[in-house]
Amino acid sequence: MDASNYLYISALLFTIGAVGVVVRRNAIVVFMCIELMLNAANLSFVTFSRINGNLDGQVMAFFTMVVAACEVVVGLAIIVAIYRSRRSASVDDASLLKR
Amino acid sequence: MTISTSLVYLIGLPFAGAAILLLGGRRTDKWGHLLATALSGSSFVVGVYHLIQMVNRPTEMRPISQKLFEWISVGSFNVDAGLLLDQLSICFVLLITGVGTLIHIYSIAYMSEDRDRRRFFAYLNLFIAAMLLLVLGDSYLSLYVGWEGVGLASYLLIGFWNQKPAYATASKKAFVMNRVGDMGLSLAIMIAFATMGTVSFAGVAEQAHHTSEAALTAMGIMLLVAAAGKSAQFPLQAWLGDAMAGPTPVSALIHAATMVTAGVYLITRSNFVFDAAPTAQLLVVIVGAITLIFGALIGTAKDDIKKALAASTMSQIGYMILATGLGPIGYAFAIMHLITHGFFKAGMFLGAGSVMHGMNDEVNMRKYGALRQFMPITFITFGIGYLAILGVPPFAGFYSKDMIIESAFNSGGMQAIFLGSLTLIGAAITAFYMTRVMILTFAGTKRWDEGVEPHESPWLMWFPMAVLAVGSVTSGYLLYHNKALYKWLSPLFEDHGEHEELLKPIVVSALALTMVAIGVSIAVYKYMRENIETVAPVDVSWITKFVRKDLMQDQFNEKFFMRPGQLLTKALVTTEDVVVDGSVRGVARMAIGSGSGLRGLQNGFVRSYAALILVGALTLIAAIWVVVS
Repeated sequence: MDASNYLYISALLFTIGAVGVVVRRNAIVVFMCIELMLNAANLSFVTFSRINGNLDGQVMAFFTMVVAACEVVVGLAIIVAIYRSRRSASVDDASLLKR
Repeated sequence: MTISTSLVYLIGLPFAGAAILLLGGRRTDKWGHLLATALSGSSFVVGVYHLIQMVNRPTEMRPISQKLFEWISVGSFNVDAGLLLDQLSICFVLLITGVGTLIHIYSIAYMSEDRDRRRFFAYLNLFIAAMLLLVLGDSYLSLYVGWEGVGLASYLLIGFWNQKPAYATASKKAFVMNRVGDMGLSLAIMIAFATMGTVSFAGVAEQAHHTSEAALTAMGIMLLVAAAGKSAQFPLQAWLGDAMAGPTPVSALIHAATMVTAGVYLITRSNFVFDAAPTAQLLVVIVGAITLIFGALIGTAKDDIKKALAASTMSQIGYMILATGLGPIGYAFAIMHLITHGFFKAGMFLGAGSVMHGMNDEVNMRKYGALRQFMPITFITFGIGYLAILGVPPFAGFYSKDMIIESAFNSGGMQAIFLGSLTLIGAAITAFYMTRVMILTFAGTKRWDEGVEPHESPWLMWFPMAVLAVGSVTSGYLLYHNKALYKWLSPLFEDHGEHEELLKPIVVSALALTMVAIGVSIAVYKYMRENIETVAPVDVSWITKFVRKDLMQDQFNEKFFMRPGQLLTKALVTTEDVVVDGSVRGVARMAIGSGSGLRGLQNGFVRSYAALILVGALTLIAAIWVVVS
């Protein structure tokens, strides 16, 4: 099977994630879309690792997973904190940084 | 050339006085005037000491110099701050310190009621120091420092009573018009530096022979501009009349005897430049001739006694400038007239001050009259000055003014007759307006205001007047006898020997005395009557009106210099505002505009930031792709 198909899937997943981040308002969904983008990148890493026949990409994928795990912890904590104080998980409601 | 170490005291003593009085403040109020007078007097003593030393040395050893310090040293250009006392400077040193000390004494009484008397004496000492630096400097640059110093002192003293706005304006006017002359002097120094590479008198005198006539002419004209500014000569004469706003001793010292003669000194000192530049010399003669008539005419229409004397000063300095323009034949006589004029004009100004002192500071001569009985000493001293300025023998002016008229007639060529006639006409007008002053002030009937009780001034005031009166009688003969001053100064000038005589001296004297007699008779005929108006009559001929307005000098300056100057300034301000400021403001406005435009992107919505990041990343990738492929 041609390895480039994995790359196409990876690009597709990344695009879905990116569009999701831009168009969705719910913080949880935006968060999930970010995860989708990270994992699309992981898929590309692993695919390139396969194509090139070395393990560098696989190692990078592990790193990405670790970073993603940390990000989930911090991100979810922020979302919960915002939800508690504002009774809303919409990213558009939290727009006070401009002042 | 002899080296000396004591020249610096001449300047140092009065300068120390000015410093102590200005820095000491009110603490010195009680004795400040005495200190100032003593220091000015001790400077005079040092001057006399130097004169005696100088007379006892052989001619070629007479000039002495003192190097103070190395002033400017850039590459091959070196200027030392040095002093030079030669036969010419010593005349000025004695005049400045001698008349200056007498006027210090006079001012003790004259200014006794003024609560700022200490400041007045500080300025007087400052003036003496600056004027001495002017005549003792051994280079144009040192002279320039003194030149500016006397300008400053003159400004401070004209505006001494600057609580009156008109007086403050007068001092500003004098300062601004002097600046025009100062510009001429600085340009002359630059020309000397550019063409000869030196600014010392000795250096320029040496280089003058190898320098092109064009450069020397340019330098001469610039020196003439400088002289015209300081000496109130045409076309920079308009400030002197207004300068009478200052206290009368100031008018006597600065605006009659010393500072205004600095122009004559400058031209005489620069004789090597003018002798090699006939065009500049001719201009000097023309300026002198115009001013001597111009000043005399203004003098005929003034009712203010001080302004009449100021116009007379202008006219007399016109005589001196004219004499310096005649070249080696005239320098010594210009200096001679300068010295005698220093005596009699300072004496007359002090006399005018004495009259004002007794008349509650009234200056309008139409409100004087019959003061002869009430102020006998003032009348006699003023009268001696009057006879001296008229040129009646044996008073001082007879010798000095006749010598100038004589040299004008003997200067050769067609111009000689013309110049000689002008000086004779000037003498007649001088006789007219001075007789007018005498009659209006001392003769006729009382025309005083209510409550005025004229009285003779205290001895502190009449003593200096008496000394100056003695000088007005004797100085002329002493300087003329055996050609004393001429021989004394002649080593400094390149004289071409004897000049052919167009008119014999006796004829010139007879002509001059005839003209004086005519002037006096007209004045006596016109003013020796009972009913002098206390207000100047209004229905007079247009000529009188024209002369009363000072021959339109202020109007002329206003129309041709002040208004165009204002227009130019306004245009420059507008240009500066629109072009220079405009471009700077434009840059700022551009930054502000682009900032506020971009601020719209900073909306706080996380999703739009994310979209921007995405767009940016995509653009980057696209750019890389384009570059790589």
